[in-house]
Amino acid sequence: MPAPAPLLEVKAVCQNYRKGSGEEGHLVLDHVSMNLSSGEIVGLLGRSGCGKSSLLRIVAGLVAPSDGEVIYQGKQLTGAAEGVAMVFQSFALFPWLSVLKNVELGLEALNVPEIEARKRALKAIDLIGLDGFESAYPKELSGGMRQRVGFARALVVNPNILLMDEPFSALDVLTAETLRTDLLDLWVEGRMPIKSILMVTHNIEEAVLMCDRIIILSSNPGRIAAEIKVNLQHPRNRLDPQFRQLVDTIYARMTQRAEPAKPQQKDGAFPGLGLGMSLPRVSTNTFSGFLEAVAAPPFNGRADLPHIADELTMEIDELFPVAETLQLLRFAEIEEGDIKLTDDGKRFAEMDTDQRKKLFGEHLVQYVPLAARIRTVLDERPTHRASAVRFREELEDYMSEEYADVTLRSVTNWGRFGELFAYDETAEMFSLEDPN
Amino acid sequence: MNLKFPEIPVIHRQSLPNIWDAIALALIIGLFVAIAHGAHGVNAPLKALDATPINLDYTFLPYYAMRTTLRMFAALFFSFVFTFTYATLAAKSRRAEMVMIPILDVLQSVPVLGFLSFTVTFFLNLFPGSVLGAECAAVFAIFTSQAWNMAFSFYQSLSTVPKDLDEVARGFRLSAWQKFWRLETPYAMPSLVWNTMMSMSGGWFFIVASEAITVGETTVKLPGIGSYIAVAIDEKNVQAIIYASLMMLIVILLYDQLLFRPVVAWAAKFRVELSAGQTVERSWVLNMFQRTRWIKIAFSPVGWLARQFARPRLQFLPAKAPTLTTSPAVSRMFDYLFFAALAVITGYSIWQIYLFVSQSLNMSDVWETFSVTLLTMIRVVVLIFLATAFWVPVGVWIGLRPHIAEKVQPVAQFLAAYPANILFPIFVIVILKFSLNPDIWLSLLIIFGTQWYIVFNVIAGASAFPNDLKEAAANFRIHGWSWWKNVMLPGVFPYYFTGALTASGGSWNAAIVAEYVKWGDDKVVAHGIGAYIAQATEAGNYPKIVLGVAMMSLFVILFNRLFWRPLFGLAERKLRLN
Repeated sequence: MPAPAPLLEVKAVCQNYRKGSGEEGHLVLDHVSMNLSSGEIVGLLGRSGCGKSSLLRIVAGLVAPSDGEVIYQGKQLTGAAEGVAMVFQSFALFPWLSVLKNVELGLEALNVPEIEARKRALKAIDLIGLDGFESAYPKELSGGMRQRVGFARALVVNPNILLMDEPFSALDVLTAETLRTDLLDLWVEGRMPIKSILMVTHNIEEAVLMCDRIIILSSNPGRIAAEIKVNLQHPRNRLDPQFRQLVDTIYARMTQRAEPAKPQQKDGAFPGLGLGMSLPRVSTNTFSGFLEAVAAPPFNGRADLPHIADELTMEIDELFPVAETLQLLRFAEIEEGDIKLTDDGKRFAEMDTDQRKKLFGEHLVQYVPLAARIRTVLDERPTHRASAVRFREELEDYMSEEYADVTLRSVTNWGRFGELFAYDETAEMFSLEDPN
Repeated sequence: MNLKFPEIPVIHRQSLPNIWDAIALALIIGLFVAIAHGAHGVNAPLKALDATPINLDYTFLPYYAMRTTLRMFAALFFSFVFTFTYATLAAKSRRAEMVMIPILDVLQSVPVLGFLSFTVTFFLNLFPGSVLGAECAAVFAIFTSQAWNMAFSFYQSLSTVPKDLDEVARGFRLSAWQKFWRLETPYAMPSLVWNTMMSMSGGWFFIVASEAITVGETTVKLPGIGSYIAVAIDEKNVQAIIYASLMMLIVILLYDQLLFRPVVAWAAKFRVELSAGQTVERSWVLNMFQRTRWIKIAFSPVGWLARQFARPRLQFLPAKAPTLTTSPAVSRMFDYLFFAALAVITGYSIWQIYLFVSQSLNMSDVWETFSVTLLTMIRVVVLIFLATAFWVPVGVWIGLRPHIAEKVQPVAQFLAAYPANILFPIFVIVILKFSLNPDIWLSLLIIFGTQWYIVFNVIAGASAFPNDLKEAAANFRIHGWSWWKNVMLPGVFPYYFTGALTASGGSWNAAIVAEYVKWGDDKVVAHGIGAYIAQATEAGNYPKIVLGVAMMSLFVILFNRLFWRPLFGLAERKLRLN
């Protein structure tokens, strides 16, 4: 039997950041192709900067791709698609409209007569468990209740496809879990009018709990790194060994280096090489705390990533940058979803602050080319001063303005901690001497 | 569109009208009567004005106040129309934005009072022989004092609509019309209401100056408080001046309590902050209307009509596919054409101004205006400085004591709204009596009405100063100058700048009426660009007016760009506490 035609197809979609000047910049999505069929929940999993939210907005028709196309109902998408409704991470409720009016809003755009709109809105409110709150304003509601309004507003227009942009990540753990279960119940029992759900998440467990298919995106540029089918029956149990196994696999897959074959190229976790390496913003306190945690029992220098994420209540968006920066600095190594401290990493965990600063500075100069570069320029100049602008411009040759900014800020802070150089924020100047 | 009759809200058992209904009804009917009474006579022939000269009997004052207020609201109406069209166009079209926003910025700094003579002549010619022309001129003068900052705030709101709400609107495919009423206007509401309030304060100042106008040989005195004062000045009637200032006090109090408090309290619901607000705006009038039963039901068709107005998918332009963008090359070519056209128009206007001014004026006139403008600038700077030195410590002292601030704050806001030019004659009497130096003592008038902006902003800043920082300062025993320098001044500076910027702008405008004041036949004149423009207006010397206003505008713009803006940016960057 031939497979039914997919609801929606994404064909070789590329997306560029546009620079201020209008020219094409840094690539965010690189030839991404995927499709969405009836009756499935698909998860887009990736860390921040992998373009998953951009992809979702392209699918919604809110943003046009630089290249490639989205086929929906047999036609190329050229604008906000009818029958595609979105739920937002920030809820995106209109503060001046009551719950009922917020839900009715989408119907108004469809020119549904007022009386029918009221009827449908009340039904959706009832379905999503909001009855009694119809006349409340968003600011009177808790986060969980607000997101329920977000769901009701999306469902009331009877969409074919429900798009969800990290819908639970602004909620506390308990509320998020309740909402997920409620949504899954409605889905499994077929009580929602929707045919398919596409959700963006950076929470691995959430993806395994909810999705039938998980698409893992790599970062910078966003490419499809893997596609994993989840064949577990609903309701799924987080403690089920199969569930755990899947979570571990995904962790390993997401921390795998892009090109494991080349032995010298150990910096592969970050996009770009040498000076052009795009680095995440991580505080030096987090480095210290993380190294201490891995060095201490029960991990004793080697930790399973899902396990330590759970222990330290870190999302992968926080965990991966820390782990990978430590790997870059040769304080740790990541393999098969585990993190292992190097000898220097272990020594660091036992040192006092002054020693840590010294060791950190040494590693920074040695393994982070930008830090070495700043230090060399400062050493060579007779004034021992250099403007930050020149380094930022140099970085912008390799990456978008936004990434260049984050990278330079990170290295500045790390350099200050490692006492490699001083930095004057108002003058945007690096220098060797510290203020007296 | 569904045109069924609106559903009447179900009337529950509490259906009897209550006391609030009675009060509200009285207010509403009173309003209608007042409008009907006040509007009568707007269309009369110009000669009728001479037949019924301004009567200084105080029993006429309520009627004059009514006329003045109506003019005010007429101007406000046009300001809203202007705001919704001009600002929307600027926000939606990139090319329009490039020209319209700088124009708005300049208009904001131009002392429009100086152009009064031009607009009066224009409108009198537009409706020859009818009072309507003079009315239009007065309304237009007020309009020019209100519209710019309202449009500016609306434009700023439109360009900062939260991204996620915009995506919801686009995702649901709301038409541009629906999006405007459902998202953009509500989002802009709180700041628009605040700016409208500020505009009204400026408007009162202008109305007093614009009702009684003498341009060359034409003298028009529209019935209103402004003309009443003008006549009182001509007749040296101190008592009438006092009556007029008391009347103004009552008018401003009424419009504040009956109109703006309720609107501000109502607009609070449009604030995009999902946590419940810290400061709750209250208004007894709004509360009262929300507690009425019958009045509320009677007004429900109005609410229904408003909803129908915002509902339809009106589409004035064909819906453009948002994904389709013209190629950069074509777009850039249009840009070049656009800029070329702009350059030609600008060059032509400068040439025209030059021709007009150079007919009767030469370089020595330019030099003269330059030097008198410099004098006025020194005046403004010195007075802002004095007001700062006095009011910042006082404002901080008040702001740190919540129960005092609570009482003083409304008074300061009220004083800022009060048109200080009503009180100018009283100063003049004093100056004449003691033969004081007008160059020094008239200067006080410049800051007289505008210093309150500094006061209430500093009070607001000190009240908002974080308690933990206050406690930390006390805990580390930070006293004296160190406390001011390191703790309090940086904390209130962003607020202070907002106030000082407004005060500075207002002071330039005030200079036009403050440097040249009359009392009967006596004139008190200070050296300055304000006096220069006022005298040129009286003499009907148009080239001199143009030159004076142009020079003053240039100074104001440079003053703002080179002094206030950088300072303001600094305060925003370094001293914001959140």
